[in-house]
Amino acid sequence: MSAPSIVGARLGYEDSYTLERFLATDGDAGLRRALLELTPEQVHAEVLEANLLGRGGAGFEAGRKWSMLRKAPRRYLVVNGDESEPATFKDHLLVERDPHQLVEGATIAAYAIGASVAFIYLRGEFALGLERVQQAINDAYARGALGRNIFGSGFSLDIVLQPGAGAYICGEETALLESLEGKRGFPRIKPPYFPAVIGLYGAPTIVNNVETVSNLPWIVRHGGAAFRALGAGRSTGTRIFALSGSVRRPGAFEVEMTSVTFRELIYGDAYGQGLEPDRELRAFIPGGVSSPWLFPEHLDLPLGQDEVAKAGSMLGSGSIIVMDDGDCPVRAAWRIARFFARESCGQCTPCREGGTWIEQVLRRLELGYGREEDLDLLLDACDNISPGVTWPPAQTTICVLGPSIPPSVVAAIRRFRDVFLTHIKEERCPYD
Amino acid sequence: MGRFEGEFAARAEELVGLYPERRSAVLPLCHLAQEQDGWLTPEAIRHIAELVGQTPAEVQGAASFYDMLHLEPVGRYVVGICTNIACLLRDGDRLLEAAEELLGVGVGGTTPDGLITLEEVECVAHCDKAPAVQVNYRYFGPVTPTSFEELVGQLRRGELDGEVPPHGVLSRVRRAAPPPIPLDEIDAERARQDAERAERARQAESGS
Repeated sequence: MSAPSIVGARLGYEDSYTLERFLATDGDAGLRRALLELTPEQVHAEVLEANLLGRGGAGFEAGRKWSMLRKAPRRYLVVNGDESEPATFKDHLLVERDPHQLVEGATIAAYAIGASVAFIYLRGEFALGLERVQQAINDAYARGALGRNIFGSGFSLDIVLQPGAGAYICGEETALLESLEGKRGFPRIKPPYFPAVIGLYGAPTIVNNVETVSNLPWIVRHGGAAFRALGAGRSTGTRIFALSGSVRRPGAFEVEMTSVTFRELIYGDAYGQGLEPDRELRAFIPGGVSSPWLFPEHLDLPLGQDEVAKAGSMLGSGSIIVMDDGDCPVRAAWRIARFFARESCGQCTPCREGGTWIEQVLRRLELGYGREEDLDLLLDACDNISPGVTWPPAQTTICVLGPSIPPSVVAAIRRFRDVFLTHIKEERCPYD
Repeated sequence: MGRFEGEFAARAEELVGLYPERRSAVLPLCHLAQEQDGWLTPEAIRHIAELVGQTPAEVQGAASFYDMLHLEPVGRYVVGICTNIACLLRDGDRLLEAAEELLGVGVGGTTPDGLITLEEVECVAHCDKAPAVQVNYRYFGPVTPTSFEELVGQLRRGELDGEVPPHGVLSRVRRAAPPPIPLDEIDAERARQDAERAERARQAESGS
């Protein structure tokens, strides 16, 4: 049986982004219920009951994050829409295809935490998303769903849409706040570990992901218990999984958590429809490129946060990248390392220097100029960025961008040492 | 060019007013300057610094951190080809090679007619349509070397002008909301509501 569609309920409509479609499909119902029937504490209680895990990558419980909010007269809500983790495109879809739901969810979150100003920080490259979210904000003001005294409830809120300017690191919540303050997106030194204590302009701030807040209208409408009834264990509700790479039908699929395995998602007719003919699965990355790779023996794992963690990886942003036996794992590891090397903010030496050197050594190997001792050199460099190269990673850096480099490199070397050796012996990439 | 003029000056002023602290307007103002001039001129950086009460060095320091902010002139269209993992697995790197060949410029270069600047970009979150191309941040995909050639032809002939505005125009939808609610006023309102709620809770407790 298919699960109810929650965040993706409107995505089946061609005009899912319009106000007309929004209002015709329960639009504003969650917001009205929250503001007119519930107190902020009751909204918070529903979210705690739902056990909504943050959908940005770290998977921390949204309700618990809200509970950490330091009481101060001025508090802020910041919606993190800076999605840039390679192979992650679910938020892109949500901002372009259902911007009204995002604004509604942000308003509910702001009400629950007592914020009077909220910022939606959207990746600057999402030009169409910026147009549609701004339109949704304008529409909300026009019908009294934003601004002063929303729906006569006494609650007032201003939402400001902030375009990013192209920096992956700004997805890290403290870097995002720095960027929102008009600076370089440098992650802040921890502690404090949560902006809920000290955030934007030094005030308590909640940073929630686009998909996370997009779940709120449904949760408020149907209750936290109904949300919790979906999924299993800590993984409740549904999630949008973004499938890409060497599958026949890449795409975004909303499924009930833990109800589907990787095998079904990659091979199922309703989802990825398998690999190209005569190709075999070599590896897949389960949660964006910072997560350690998984292999064919992991295909029967259900898509749940704890299940994937037990297998030594993470569900992260729910982005699954498939590699078949025609894809070169050395090239894949190199390209991932190059991404992190390019996107390092440069504050911490292990990340800035380590990432760059790992990228260069991998590139040399891939092109056929490698030496056998390069493999140990790479593992040693990885160990310097993330001591022990274990999972979850230890870190020598301010944020987790640096420790996101080793998982792919180490997975590729450990699993595909023979492919590396072939590159070295044949002095070329065998897949070219 | 460089300083905000006319309609742009008014919008710059409005942007600054949206934030509790002026400095937060730096990135939106940089985007606005690019919309006006196509790139971020030194003059614009000085003007933005004045508007937000920073030094030009601070604004330049922030601007140079971000890929979308161009401190040198670029073509009318900035064409970005994604070669990150999902696109790489679907031959994004070969598409980039074909694009370099076709346009006769390398990554970072601008065609002699000033029309196209070619960039290699990191994941643009269009992975289900890999390999993906963005033109002034409007997305196309999946793109083959052949369809890329067609795309360039369309750009040259101005056929996509309705869809793809010149470089710098991020959004054609402007904020139409009333001016921001004065924060002090709203803080006071919130404090009053909080006190009311606390009082109600106290009464409910003593009543039960």
